[in-house]
Amino acid sequence: MRMSVYLSAIIAFVALAAGSIILPDWAMFLFAMALAKGLVCLGIIGMMRGGVVSFGQGLYYCIGAYTATLIANHLGVSDIFLLTLLSAAVCLVVGLVFGPLLSNYRGIFFAMLSLALSMVLYGSLSKMSFIGGTDGLNIGAPTFLGWAPEGRPLQTALYLYVVAIVVISGTLMRIYFDSERGLITLATRDNELRVEYLGASVRNLMTYNYVFGALLGGIGGTIAVLALGHVDPEFAFWTTSGEFVFVAILAGYLSVPAVFVAAIILELVRSFSNLYFPNTWQLALGIFLLVVIVALPNGLGSLVSKRKENKT
Amino acid sequence: MSAGVLEVRDVQKSFGAVTAAKDVSVTVPQGSVYSLIGTNGAGKTTFVNMVTGYIKPDAGQINFDGRDIAGLAPRQITRLGIHRSFQIAQLCNELTVEENMLVAGAIHGKTGPSFLRRADDGSARDRALATLERFNIAEHRNRLIPELSGGVKKLLDIAMAMAGETQVMLLDEPTSGVAADEKFPIMDLVIEALRAEGVTVIFVEHDMDIVTRYSERVLAFYDGQIIADDAPDEVLSDPEVQRYVTGGPA
Amino acid sequence: MDLLATILVDGLIYAGWLFIVSVGLTLVFGVLNILNIAHGSLYAIGAYASASLVGAYFAAGGNAFPFGSYIALILAAVLVAIVLGPLLERGLLRYFYGRDEVLNVLVTYAVFLILEDVMKLIWGVNPYFVYEPYTLLGNVEIGPLFYVGYDFAVIAAAIIVGLAVWLTLNRTRMGKVVLAVIHDAEISQTMGVNVPRIYLGAFMAGAFLAALGGALTAPMISVTPGLGPNVIIVAFAVVIIGGLGSVPGAAIGALMVGISRAASVHLVPEAELFIIYFVMAIVLMFRPEGLFAKTQARKI
Repeated sequence: MRMSVYLSAIIAFVALAAGSIILPDWAMFLFAMALAKGLVCLGIIGMMRGGVVSFGQGLYYCIGAYTATLIANHLGVSDIFLLTLLSAAVCLVVGLVFGPLLSNYRGIFFAMLSLALSMVLYGSLSKMSFIGGTDGLNIGAPTFLGWAPEGRPLQTALYLYVVAIVVISGTLMRIYFDSERGLITLATRDNELRVEYLGASVRNLMTYNYVFGALLGGIGGTIAVLALGHVDPEFAFWTTSGEFVFVAILAGYLSVPAVFVAAIILELVRSFSNLYFPNTWQLALGIFLLVVIVALPNGLGSLVSKRKENKT
Repeated sequence: MSAGVLEVRDVQKSFGAVTAAKDVSVTVPQGSVYSLIGTNGAGKTTFVNMVTGYIKPDAGQINFDGRDIAGLAPRQITRLGIHRSFQIAQLCNELTVEENMLVAGAIHGKTGPSFLRRADDGSARDRALATLERFNIAEHRNRLIPELSGGVKKLLDIAMAMAGETQVMLLDEPTSGVAADEKFPIMDLVIEALRAEGVTVIFVEHDMDIVTRYSERVLAFYDGQIIADDAPDEVLSDPEVQRYVTGGPA
Repeated sequence: MDLLATILVDGLIYAGWLFIVSVGLTLVFGVLNILNIAHGSLYAIGAYASASLVGAYFAAGGNAFPFGSYIALILAAVLVAIVLGPLLERGLLRYFYGRDEVLNVLVTYAVFLILEDVMKLIWGVNPYFVYEPYTLLGNVEIGPLFYVGYDFAVIAAAIIVGLAVWLTLNRTRMGKVVLAVIHDAEISQTMGVNVPRIYLGAFMAGAFLAALGGALTAPMISVTPGLGPNVIIVAFAVVIIGGLGSVPGAAIGALMVGISRAASVHLVPEAELFIIYFVMAIVLMFRPEGLFAKTQARKI
């Protein structure tokens, strides 16, 4: 069984990596952004398996992006591996602070508290003029272990980097979802009382899921800011987090690849709406979301997964 | 203090003006089978809930293996070997019978649940299947919970609690919600399985036939107090018990 | 001393506004068990509708009797409730009753996204100004402090709204029926209560209150896209602090947030944008269900 996970990972990597040859520039950028955001959403999926939905994952997306930018601009670090590592470390620390606090909350309270935390960051950053205030900050192009590509090679390198991260994270999360703790998390979603009375700490489970979400959010934010070259407080605004939840709902929690497919769908819909219906793209998104909730309540993943989710 | 003994001493609990436990004291030796009887609201479930950590006593001690466990969280008490089943079976409805059992097995595993080890690897499934077989419900292993009969749900609830190294098992109305003709077979199965492992059993029951047949000793509750603590025949012929609990000679 | 008075008055004004925009949210949650993100859109639509109506009023010669513009404000909110209330509740939300709370948040999030663009289609992206009603009530002098009279009208409106909601719920027959539905919709239904009608009524009342909040705010600001997203999350904070579904809770929540924000504006301006969530986080840390929520023990 484990072999099939590795095999899927290899296939996914080859398929996505092939995109670096066939995709035009604009599409490669779009895919890179979609995959970076997909990482954030993968973290939400991990929490959803335990029965909670974070409406504030923009917090880590934003912390990751700002950390990378500040380190790049002030410490002169441009290596993408180092930037990712440092941003992830900062998000890990923040996640470890808030995780245990939030792990007591469920349902709407968890959703709203996580949202509140991201809005605190949004509010703070908007007022901090020394790091750009509402205008945000720019970041230069990353280097790859000393190699400093430009133009198409830079785009390709960045794209392959995010593909590699996506495949590694996706594989690790799949292994985690299939593990004993993964199953206990699923049981918690269903019946927390039962899990407590079997002797497991639900708080502990929730904390881990939250921290994994923080890490993935930070990595996603780092890659996004490197692809965009710019970060502003909107990264933490609640509508940004809302889009992440949208992707998570579209994907459902059954399948890992579905998360990235959903993220790519969203980015495609966004760019085509922007092109053809510039003033109605939110409208299209809203209708799309309603259709998904009604027609595909368990997400895209339910189309390929054997496990059935109950309608909640 | 010998191992495995559950000793409840002078436990008090009230909810507002309602006294749910008043000077409750009892010592349950290891391996014995106790039943708790009493009308609704007499304090039986409160007793179970206090021993298993769902509610915290206002005062008094609950000693297990010589350690005061009053006020510990359910999961801490569970880890000490005191497990319970529920009046309404507490199962994970989105999972199959086998997966429910795997959850229990994963939590009770010697090394603690792993982030990497597959939940359904061969040995875990073998263990789950063995427990399901012990409770005679292995045939249902691939079914989802909502499809099961009341009796099978109760058995699975108890089987899950038995996945670990259980020393004391509290059964809250094990035969409620079970079809009449299944009650005795289920109790036969459960009591036999638990006794085979030397587990101390404390069960809440309304059916006096079941009480006399399966318990060695009966605790009769009335108004938050234990009004009788003796062998079944003695308790059931106690005039006070007849007056307040059973409503007449058995 | 002046500072304290300033904080208090500013805080009360802000609290009055907060209460109006959040009481409908808590009412809808209490009855329908739906945390309505689109409440923010209804607020924004209320603001646009009142800007349009008030504008039309003055264009039609309303200068002869400028106070009539207040009627136009309220009428705008009524219109929003009558048009959008049934459309959203009967047309969409009723299919999601009894579903997961978080899922329902997403449904209303979808509505919010749709309405954001609908507003741009109807009113465009340029700002609307209707300052007349704001200046009509003159200025108020409290000691050395000057306030615009309209600000106090907002406090008055909040008090009237609060009393009206409370009295309707607790002193009228219909209110008692609503309370019964809040307590247990299923049992109420079997006892002959027309539950769908109560749901519709409650949602329309919520929509009216949201739109009223927007309508009353319109003269104080420039009405532009982006009003909804900012309002909804402060309203969330207020009702979560107070306890979801609790009207007195919304009042206390509004006061706490109002005063703390005013204090922050005058003492630590950097904290202005996040003090609200900070207060919310502190409250939830000690009262995980909010101040006035009924905690339910699970029966096992």
